[in-house]
Amino acid sequence: MTVTEIPLVEATTSETAISRLKERFPGAVQDDSRHGYSGVVVDKSKLVEVATYMRDTLGYDYLSSATAVDYHGIADSMEMVYHAYRTAGGPALVFKAQTDRAKAELPSLIDVWPGADFQEREAYDLYGIQFAGHPNLKRILLWEGFNGYPMRKDWREAYYEEEHKPFESRWPAGWVRRAEELNVYGKNVHYPADFDLAKLTDKSEESLYSDLGLGVNVQDLSTENGHLKTDKLVVNMGPHHPSTHGVFRMIVTLDGETIESLEPVMGYLHRNHEKIGERNSWNHNMPFTDRLDYLSSMGNNHGYALAVEQLFATGNKWNPPSYRAECIRVLMVELTRIVNHYWAIGFLLNDLGAFFTPALYAIAEREKILDFFEATAGARMMCNYMRFGGLYKDLPERMHSVANLINDKVRDFNTMEYLSELINERIPRSIDELDEFLTASEIIKSRTVGVGYLPPEMAIAYSAAGPLLRASGVPYDVRRADPYSIYPELEFDVAVRYNGDIYDRYLIRLDEMRESVRILKQILPRLEKTKGEPVAGISQYMPRVPMGESYGRVENPKGELGYYVVSAGDEKGPQNPWRYHVRAPSFINLTALGPMCVGHKVADVVAILGSIDIVLGETDR
Amino acid sequence: MFGQGIVKGLWVTFKHFFNTYADDIKYAGRKYLRQENFEVRQGLRSQGAFTVQYPDEKLAVPERFRFTPFLVTEDTDPARVGEDWCTSCGICAKVCPPQCIWIVRGTDPNTGRPVPQPEAFFIDIDICMNCGFCAEFCPFDAIKMDHNYEMASYDRTMHHIHDKDRLSKPLSYWKSIAPTTALEEANARGGWEHPDVLKAMKKAGKTADKPTKDNMWNVLSAPANQALPAPTAPASPAEAKPVPPAAPAAAAPAPSAEGGKAKFDKQAMLAKIREKKAK
Amino acid sequence: MAQLDLRELHSTEFPVPDEMQGNVAITSLSKLYNWSRRSSMWPMLFGLACCAIEMIATAASRYDLSRFGMEVMRASPRQSDLMIVSGTVTKKMVVPIVRLYNQMPEPKYVLAMGACASGGGPFKEGYNVVSGIDQYLPVDVYVPGCPPTPQALLYGLIALQKKIDGQSLANMDDVPWYGVGPAEPTPVPILGPDIIDPRQMDLIRRQAELAAQGKPYGLREIPESALKRQTAQIAPKTKPQIAAASGTVEADDPEKAARLAKREAALARKKAESGETAAASVVADAPAPATGGDKKAFDKAAMLEKIRAKKAK
Repeated sequence: MTVTEIPLVEATTSETAISRLKERFPGAVQDDSRHGYSGVVVDKSKLVEVATYMRDTLGYDYLSSATAVDYHGIADSMEMVYHAYRTAGGPALVFKAQTDRAKAELPSLIDVWPGADFQEREAYDLYGIQFAGHPNLKRILLWEGFNGYPMRKDWREAYYEEEHKPFESRWPAGWVRRAEELNVYGKNVHYPADFDLAKLTDKSEESLYSDLGLGVNVQDLSTENGHLKTDKLVVNMGPHHPSTHGVFRMIVTLDGETIESLEPVMGYLHRNHEKIGERNSWNHNMPFTDRLDYLSSMGNNHGYALAVEQLFATGNKWNPPSYRAECIRVLMVELTRIVNHYWAIGFLLNDLGAFFTPALYAIAEREKILDFFEATAGARMMCNYMRFGGLYKDLPERMHSVANLINDKVRDFNTMEYLSELINERIPRSIDELDEFLTASEIIKSRTVGVGYLPPEMAIAYSAAGPLLRASGVPYDVRRADPYSIYPELEFDVAVRYNGDIYDRYLIRLDEMRESVRILKQILPRLEKTKGEPVAGISQYMPRVPMGESYGRVENPKGELGYYVVSAGDEKGPQNPWRYHVRAPSFINLTALGPMCVGHKVADVVAILGSIDIVLGETDR
Repeated sequence: MFGQGIVKGLWVTFKHFFNTYADDIKYAGRKYLRQENFEVRQGLRSQGAFTVQYPDEKLAVPERFRFTPFLVTEDTDPARVGEDWCTSCGICAKVCPPQCIWIVRGTDPNTGRPVPQPEAFFIDIDICMNCGFCAEFCPFDAIKMDHNYEMASYDRTMHHIHDKDRLSKPLSYWKSIAPTTALEEANARGGWEHPDVLKAMKKAGKTADKPTKDNMWNVLSAPANQALPAPTAPASPAEAKPVPPAAPAAAAPAPSAEGGKAKFDKQAMLAKIREKKAK
Repeated sequence: MAQLDLRELHSTEFPVPDEMQGNVAITSLSKLYNWSRRSSMWPMLFGLACCAIEMIATAASRYDLSRFGMEVMRASPRQSDLMIVSGTVTKKMVVPIVRLYNQMPEPKYVLAMGACASGGGPFKEGYNVVSGIDQYLPVDVYVPGCPPTPQALLYGLIALQKKIDGQSLANMDDVPWYGVGPAEPTPVPILGPDIIDPRQMDLIRRQAELAAQGKPYGLREIPESALKRQTAQIAPKTKPQIAAASGTVEADDPEKAARLAKREAALARKKAESGETAAASVVADAPAPATGGDKKAFDKAAMLEKIRAKKAK
């Protein structure tokens, strides 16, 4: 067992940290004085130095999010926004580095926080910012050879209609027309003007393999001293490999059966969540967040609502959610956590080769929770339940269904009875059953114990979050480290395991489910007590949000889910987010996948990937 | 002892295996026939198999379930049967996250002024994300989320853009698929009638019946209809707008009274929206 | 009447009606063939996005896909008959999808599950999203919904089974895989500056030539009808009076005229219908509460009837 060495922490709040920074780097660190903004702007020539100081002396060892913002039209600059935290807890230290739009270049922070790797590649891919010193600056979500940097404000997609929704063409003279009809190619494509079809090469695949030394001559394989002399073998897994939990792809370099290196390739489900999110109005984004981590939509809703509510809270005329609304939010989020962990455990076992029996047992229980979601929010998966400052509707009196189609069979349960039976009886029983079914199994142990070890300092460095981080012995849970909603008054423990292998990641999910049940049991009496309190959120359909930036984060089942939103450009308060960024835990947790897999057998890759528990909607966005 | 864990796990599978048949024994063959059995099987007390034999028995969806939207048309007021509740205010089109709603606002052919009636209404269900915002934010309760999920088709160009004919469903349909929600909404409006009608009634000094479960299916009483001034909601759309737009060039100078009415209508609408917001 | 010599039937001289040309009467065989095909439809274990979760839920114990003989999800395209495109198809992903489709042995079917796979869905406007898998592959059944519930997917799968039931071995359009020679593979798209469908090369080349001549290129050529519509859209708030006065704009536009005519007809029909209903309710007006009850019952019956009719179709 390794104990995390908590660095010597000098400053206690972000304010003192900022003043320390300004003391140490006079001139290079300035307050971000824009209205509604926080943190500091760091001169880009000093960025690495400042970051190192921040990490080593001030104790900000965890880089949560790094994202680019294009201020085209407001200022002629782009900036990278970094949110650094202490794993000991506390608020963020926000720092920014600005660069010219025409020649966007910044130093890479990958040496300070290796977790910046994918996030910088994403910023390069979507914004075209060159990161000096990044060893592998390639496109990550799109393919090599794609035309332009799509997240820039002046880049327009093929089906571009207007800068912002709602589109004029929908009302009052909205004769329907499909977007295909208006595109010259009849498809969602747009080619650059200087595009020459004759010189067309598909660089997307080539670039993936170029560094690896492609190919092996089978004839060369011969025995030497009685051992099979093996050559490096490059194996492609995915994007439709059944164990990749979606459309994830890995390029694995093997020596015999041992993994030498592994490169994740993603973007096969890159559906432009952020670009659409910036065209959308604030409200429009809520159902889109459902489709990020589609196994835990309630959690996604919660994070987004928190981020925007932070902005609302800076303006006047703002009513925070009622106590009952907060209770229901926590109820939903914790149920979602259970749903997600059922799924994660079931499909981890699938990946281990226990094909489908554990998964079927696990998701049978999931159905019962989904029934509740369906009766409350209206959909099994895409709940779209939370609103700014409240909820869509209160819990229904009865979970009542009505016959509508032929052969329909109705059900009718009292909601609170259903809930209490679910929480007090059904879920704990099934968790125990899963425990009994799997935990002691020698086969599972021999496949998982000691496999995919992630030491705690590496977990922090790679910005791993959620069960992945906590299974490595780092007790970092946003619900405790940076509390939100009513979590401070709830009694629960942060589940921690110390071995950092697949088995512990499996166990920690069981622990977390038990902790969730503990929370839910405390929520039930609160629900009874607050019956009748209003829960509705703001009723404007196109709310204006005060100017500024905010970063709302929640402890989603997969890890820390953060939303970085910027409201800028309109004095009255814009109807649309200027920047809408999702810090997706699945995406950033994958940074650690390569290092974790090295040295293991190829069959362990799927298990390690399963133990991270990714979901592609969130990874690729 | 090595293997103990596996045996323990297998015991769980055995329990599941046994539970699968426990219900069969318990209900002695009546497992799939009775409503009570179904409710137990699909509830929280079930153990073992809980399969829904889909085409033969379907899991009815709860009231709040949302699939694709539909438009509510009047069918309880005999004088206005088939009329849209929609006033083409455009809020649903604006609030729709993927922008899949197209509305053509109706115009009076004589005056060219907008009238609170949609001339055409389209929803592209290939874009619709079933989020329910349109139904949630509609100030007239005129667009609702349907429960019918059996919509698979062999062709999408013909079937996947729903026009007004296809979208329109009577109010009684909404009452039948979501009785509790419909009652809640009617209580919020202050009657089973359309908000505009209620407003007109209030102006005329009449009060609508308090919505209850009992008067849910009643045909609206006669005074309610008489209280309704014609321009606010033309008695029948056919009366108001069958005139070809090109023909009555002479009618271009609009009668001021009518124009004023139309204006008033919009004001009222805005007031209504504001009221809802304030709430 | 002369006796027909049955042997004549076998002679090539015997006149065969056009629609019967080339047919062999094998109806019962078709039935058997269709039954076996539709009852062992193996989907490919292949999930794209959110819908894949509902697809797995459909295959799991509650909805139990194995009741339809479809539980054998094969991870290899070589062993599967049905591709359930479950989720958003991105430009990057469509390349492997088309490749997978080409690797599936015939007979093969494609089911577009959810709004995204059918037509782009809520993400349609995104720069990396294909607006419907049917732009690249032939789709047999579309299941709308975002995501379709397991029951909706099952309905779609039953629709596919019905489609297969309706096919005939004698019709080459239904069973093209018995044609001569190997099937033509679907060309795999290329990832250039944007995705390129090899079938559209000519169109793209034409645009490139335009560019070489210095003509505007890459701009959208909006079809004329759409342009007209657009101008009509921009106008209506201010212009209708002028339009009505001059009587030109609407009258000149045949499309709009047709639409208006259609609308008139619809309105007339509606009027007739509403008249009928009103009359009916007037007749039954006397006992008010009873009417309410009747109305409800009637309505429901009508609804059920409608659903039944739809089903039968």
